Amino acid sequence: MPRETAVHEPHEHVFIPQHRHHFETEEQQREAGSFGMWLFLLTEIMFFGGLFFAYLLYRNWYYDAFVPASNFLSVTLGGTNTAILITSGFCMALAVWAAEVRKKQFLVIALILTTVFGLAFIGIKYVEWHDEWEHHHVPGAGFDISEFVSPNAHGITDQKAIPPDMAQHCQIFFFLYFAMTGMHALHMIIGIGLLVWLILRAQRGDFTAGYVAPIENFGLYWHFVDIVWLFLFPLLYLINRHPLK
Amino acid sequence: MSATSTTIVTLPDQTTATIPKKNYISAEHGLLSWLLTGDHKRIAMLYLISITFFFFIGGAFAGLIRLELLTPQPDLVASDTYNKFFSMHGIIMVFLFLVPSVPATIGNFLIPIMLGARDLAFPKINLLSWYLYLAGGTLTLAALVLGGVDTGWTFTTPLSTHYLNTHVVTTACAIFVAGFSSIFTGLNFIVTIHRMRCPGMTWFRMPLFVWSHYAASILMVLGTPVLAISIVLVALERLIGIGVFDPNKGGDPLLFQHLFWFYSHPAVYIMILPGMGVISEVVSTFSRKRVFGYTAVAFSSVAIALFGFFVWEHHMFIMGVSNYSALVFSLLTMLVAVPSAIKIFNWAFTLQKGSITFETPMLYAFGFMGLFTIGGLTGVFLAALGMDIQLTETYFIVAHFHFVMVGGMLMAFLSGVHFWWPKMTGRMYPEQISKLAAVVTFIGFNLTFMPQFILGYLGMPRRYHAYPPEYQVLNVLSTAGATVLGVGYMLPILYLAWSLKYGPIAGNNPWQATGLEWQIQSPPLTENFTEIPVMDHEAYDYEWLEHKTQQEVTTVG
Repeated sequence: MPRETAVHEPHEHVFIPQHRHHFETEEQQREAGSFGMWLFLLTEIMFFGGLFFAYLLYRNWYYDAFVPASNFLSVTLGGTNTAILITSGFCMALAVWAAEVRKKQFLVIALILTTVFGLAFIGIKYVEWHDEWEHHHVPGAGFDISEFVSPNAHGITDQKAIPPDMAQHCQIFFFLYFAMTGMHALHMIIGIGLLVWLILRAQRGDFTAGYVAPIENFGLYWHFVDIVWLFLFPLLYLINRHPLK
Repeated sequence: MSATSTTIVTLPDQTTATIPKKNYISAEHGLLSWLLTGDHKRIAMLYLISITFFFFIGGAFAGLIRLELLTPQPDLVASDTYNKFFSMHGIIMVFLFLVPSVPATIGNFLIPIMLGARDLAFPKINLLSWYLYLAGGTLTLAALVLGGVDTGWTFTTPLSTHYLNTHVVTTACAIFVAGFSSIFTGLNFIVTIHRMRCPGMTWFRMPLFVWSHYAASILMVLGTPVLAISIVLVALERLIGIGVFDPNKGGDPLLFQHLFWFYSHPAVYIMILPGMGVISEVVSTFSRKRVFGYTAVAFSSVAIALFGFFVWEHHMFIMGVSNYSALVFSLLTMLVAVPSAIKIFNWAFTLQKGSITFETPMLYAFGFMGLFTIGGLTGVFLAALGMDIQLTETYFIVAHFHFVMVGGMLMAFLSGVHFWWPKMTGRMYPEQISKLAAVVTFIGFNLTFMPQFILGYLGMPRRYHAYPPEYQVLNVLSTAGATVLGVGYMLPILYLAWSLKYGPIAGNNPWQATGLEWQIQSPPLTENFTEIPVMDHEAYDYEWLEHKTQQEVTTVG
């Protein structure tokens, strides 16, 4: 590869074409980029924080409605998705490593794997949402509380029945569920879009000649999205999995 | 009083002086070179034009409100229309003028220069933030043209979600988008201040202007996303009835206020802190002294930012929050007065035994210090629980925050615009008429808002378009004051535009100020510095400046 012929000490007089004129050094550019990314993630934490705050409040008020509503979610699908997302994060970590040691082929494969696992996550999420749509668990005019009020009539044997006024509050749970997982999925979709762009550029060899900032910064973003899910999964799926005991 | 002996202004010989041929304005030509620019100075000018535009729209609504309140009867507009007037006034003034006013214009222009950098860390994101601002502004105008919105600027639930049939969602989108513009500005500033300082520019050599912007940026970055999510929730509640703010479904309307004020109270400090930075620079320059207690002033900005996050519940004292939490929030609110007072006292000590001159920026700065003090102290009244129950939702509150926002921030903004006008454009504004404008603004402001304190104390509620006849005298005074104030704001537009072509050439450092921005040409080069400076002295070191000019004279001679 012609680009790799000029081997110098890293961070010392390496000319990268991506250097922007208003930065004094490449080191400064790299640090500014990654610091900016961390700050952006901070704003994301505050953004999700509003939803987590609403969750905290209503879970304390309407615990009795949150338990049966949560138990309608599938732990199997949610757990699978957790595993898939962690694997995707692992592939992303490999991609960052590959960029740093300048292995182009490895980088492209790792990024493709990251994308594939990300898409698998979205696919499973879609199945879950579709399921909830079929059961009229989507908040709004079509929301139906009958499965919570009389579970036995719907062939559900492992759930306690709850009074209708409390069952109304299941709607708040499902709203928070859709808002939080929806917002998370939106971040995933944006991330997948960026991944496609990164893969195309990685194939050109853009990130394996000393300029790894986009891969690193995207890695931070992707891991952040993973971590949000690691909070969402227990908060939404695992509130109380032994309601009859 | 002869103007020549009482001024520090030193302009170059007008017969020979010229604007430098190469500068950021002349670097490229054509509309596209502005619309696609990455230069922080050009983006600052774009912002300056757009926020001035929105300021006058918001001001027009203020005029209409005052006109309606001239008489006790509701005779100018219907009550619904009046609600739309004050909502639009608030939304435009808060989100499209006050929040971006100093940071996005003067801050954008100066922060890289003050730090000795060539640009902000992320020029493209800076440009993006202006486009987001424009998109937010356009959506607001769309909501206005389509029939307006009447929630007030606070979008209070359940009013905004269940009882109104106006363009709440359009306006919500506008605020959401404009919020991201503010987030990106804050993010850019923080990264720039951390990573782009020139050699020798330690944290405690930075001008206080930069410190106050740093504090405001922290608030923008941490607070604005919470506003974004609460606005999204309002829109969802309206569109699909999710129930999160709907008491019928178990939702809590007050949750909205907790989320909203978690941003919107810090937003008050986003609006005022950059103004305080301007005042620090101006007071130092026109007293020829280092800012007294530099470190205390720097840290008081950070303290205001920090405390600002723990006072939001004082907007809800009468809304059934727990008495104990109200007590805590009342105390915390009073605590904010401490760092604010530190600033006022330190500026006062800076003036003491200084060589004070009374140029226009300094007149505005004096206006700021007086009016902000009144606004801040009435804030302590309102922090006291008993007083708050009497005074909240009356004109007392309206007067209080206008003293801080208009008397404080707008004065600071005008002070800053006049102070840095020669640096931005290379030309001086006309001195006498601008002094007149500063005095007219001050008089008009007091005439407008002093009567409102009394009205509020007597019990006139805010947001009503009719009132008992005994309040008319004070309302007429207030409306008369608003007219004077309007003249005070029109004057700068006219003479600043005039000065672009006919103003005297300012030279590099008309004020003999110490900041890095005054050591480069006016208007600056696109890359600010031909070579990156090395900072070898404290901020506001007038002795250094003296020696520097002496050396220059000897080398020339």
